[in-house]
Amino acid sequence: MDTTRTYLISLFSGDGPPPPEVDLAAIMADLEKVNDDIRAAGGWVFAGGLAASTSATVVRKRDAVSDALLTDGPFIEAKEHLGGISIVRAADYDVALGWAERIAGATGLTVEIRPFEQGGPGQQPTSE
Amino acid sequence: MTDPAGRPPVTSADIARVFREEHGRAVAVLIRALGDIDLAEDAVQDAFAVAVERWPRDGMPPSPAGWIITTARRRAIDRLRREASRDARQSEAALLATPDEPREEGPVRDERLRLVFTCCHPSLSREAQVALTLRLLGGLTTPEIARAFLVPEATMAQRIVRAKKKIRDAGIPYRVPRDADLPARVTSVLSVVYLVFTEGHTATSGSELGRPDLAAEAIRLGRAIALLMPDEPEAKGLLALMLLTEARRPARTDMAGEPVLLADQDRARWDAALITEGHALVRECLRRNAPGPFQIQAAINAVHTDAATAAETDWVQVVALYDQLLDVLPTDVVRLNRAVAVAEVAGPGVGLELVEDLDLTGYHAFHVVRADLLARLGRSAEAAAALGRARELTDNAAEERLIELRAARHDT
Repeated sequence: MDTTRTYLISLFSGDGPPPPEVDLAAIMADLEKVNDDIRAAGGWVFAGGLAASTSATVVRKRDAVSDALLTDGPFIEAKEHLGGISIVRAADYDVALGWAERIAGATGLTVEIRPFEQGGPGQQPTSE
Repeated sequence: MTDPAGRPPVTSADIARVFREEHGRAVAVLIRALGDIDLAEDAVQDAFAVAVERWPRDGMPPSPAGWIITTARRRAIDRLRREASRDARQSEAALLATPDEPREEGPVRDERLRLVFTCCHPSLSREAQVALTLRLLGGLTTPEIARAFLVPEATMAQRIVRAKKKIRDAGIPYRVPRDADLPARVTSVLSVVYLVFTEGHTATSGSELGRPDLAAEAIRLGRAIALLMPDEPEAKGLLALMLLTEARRPARTDMAGEPVLLADQDRARWDAALITEGHALVRECLRRNAPGPFQIQAAINAVHTDAATAAETDWVQVVALYDQLLDVLPTDVVRLNRAVAVAEVAGPGVGLELVEDLDLTGYHAFHVVRADLLARLGRSAEAAAALGRARELTDNAAEERLIELRAARHDT
C-alpha cells in the first residue's frame, strides 16, 4: 500500500524586515541544507519565500455577472503572515514532521505542517 | 451447570472481562492488517457480538484473544466484500496477504506497542492522546471516557472522531518510532498514562456515579507498557510510582470518608502487596542505574512506604533523592517538595527560607507548606494568613478539608 502523502509546510513571520541581529545569509544556508536533505530523500516538490504581505491582493468573485472585487492587502490582517511555504512528499509522516522541525530550527520561525487532502486532482508533482 | 464439554458456563461478566483485557491487542492486530482504525474497531466489536452469542452455548475458546482476532478478521473481510469499492478490494487484498498468524490456540503477536505510539503521537493534543489511549488500548467506551473526565459525551465523541481523522489525513504512522524520536515519544506515552492516573487519584472518590476507576485503568495500562518496553526503565519507574501511590489510597481517607494527612495515616491500611511489588520495581530500576523523573519519584515513594511510622521516615534519603530529581526536573514544585524534606532534616527555619524563594504564589500547596512551617516556628498569625490564601486557591472539596485539618492543628 502506498502511504505517500503530500504535506504543506507553512512558515509564519512577522511584518517588516527582519531585525538587524538576524543573519539572513546563515539562515538561508541552513535552510538550503535541509532542502538538500529533502531532495536527497526524494521528498522535494516546491519551496519558496513570499514577498511582503503588503504586496498581496485579495480577489473576490461575488456573482456570475459582476467583475471580481479586488482589495489591496492580505486576506487576514494579522501581526504574522505566511512568509514562505515548502511542499514535500513523504511515505512517512514522522519524516515530514522531522523536516518541518528542522525548517523551524533553521529559520527560528513558527511552522505549520498540514497534509493535502488525498486523492485530489493535480496532486502528483510533475517529474523534474 | 456446565456446558457439554464439562466447563463452567460463560457469563456476560466473563465476556466483559475478556473485552477489557483483549480489546487493545485485538484492535492493534486488526489496525495493522486493515490500515484503518474505525474498520478495526468495528470488526472487533462484531467479533465480540458473535462471542456473546456463541460462548455461553459453546464455551470459552482456549485462546479467547485468538478467537476474537480470527473472527474479527473474517468479519472485516465480509464488511469489505459488502462495500466492494475499488479501495475496499485493495484493503481486502492486503488483509488476505497478511499471514494468518493468530491461530486460536497459538500465541497472539502483540501489536499494542505500535498502537500506543500512534495514540500518543505528539501531533495529537494531550486530551486526544488520553482519549484514544483509553478507548483503543484500554477498551473503554466513549461514554465511559466522557464520564471519567466529566465532559459531555458529545464533546468526547467529537474529540475521538477528530483525532482519528487527523491520524488518517496526516498519515500518522502505526509503528514504533525511529531511534532518534524514541526518547521523546516514550516520554509522551508515559505522560499520558500518568495523567490518567493523577486524574483518577485526585478525583473525589464515589462522588460520581459510575465513574470508571481511572487510577486502576492507568495501572493496567502501565503494566502493559512496562511489559511492552522491557528496556525502558522509566516505564518501570512510572508503574512503581503509581503502585506505591495507589497502595496508600485506603489510608488517605478515614472511616467517615474524611481526608487524612500523610503523617497521620494508619499505615496498617496501606496495601502491602502493592508496596512489595512497587519496591521490587524500584530495586530493579536502581540496578539499571539510568535514573529518570518517574524512577526517582518512585524511589521517594519507596522511602515513605518503607517507614513503619511517619517518625521513622528516612528524610536524609528523601532529600538526597529530591536533589537527584532537581537535576532532571528543575521545577519550583520539586523545589517545594524538597524544602518539606529539608525542614524535617534541618528544621522548619531552613525549610521556610527555601520556600520563600519560590515563585509559586498561585499554587495552593505552596501556601499549605508555608503555613505548616510558619506554625512550627510559632508564627501562628502568618500561618493562618497563608492557609487563608491556600483556601482561596483550591476548589477541590477534599483539598479544602485537608486545609481545615491543618488550620485546626495549628490552633492547638
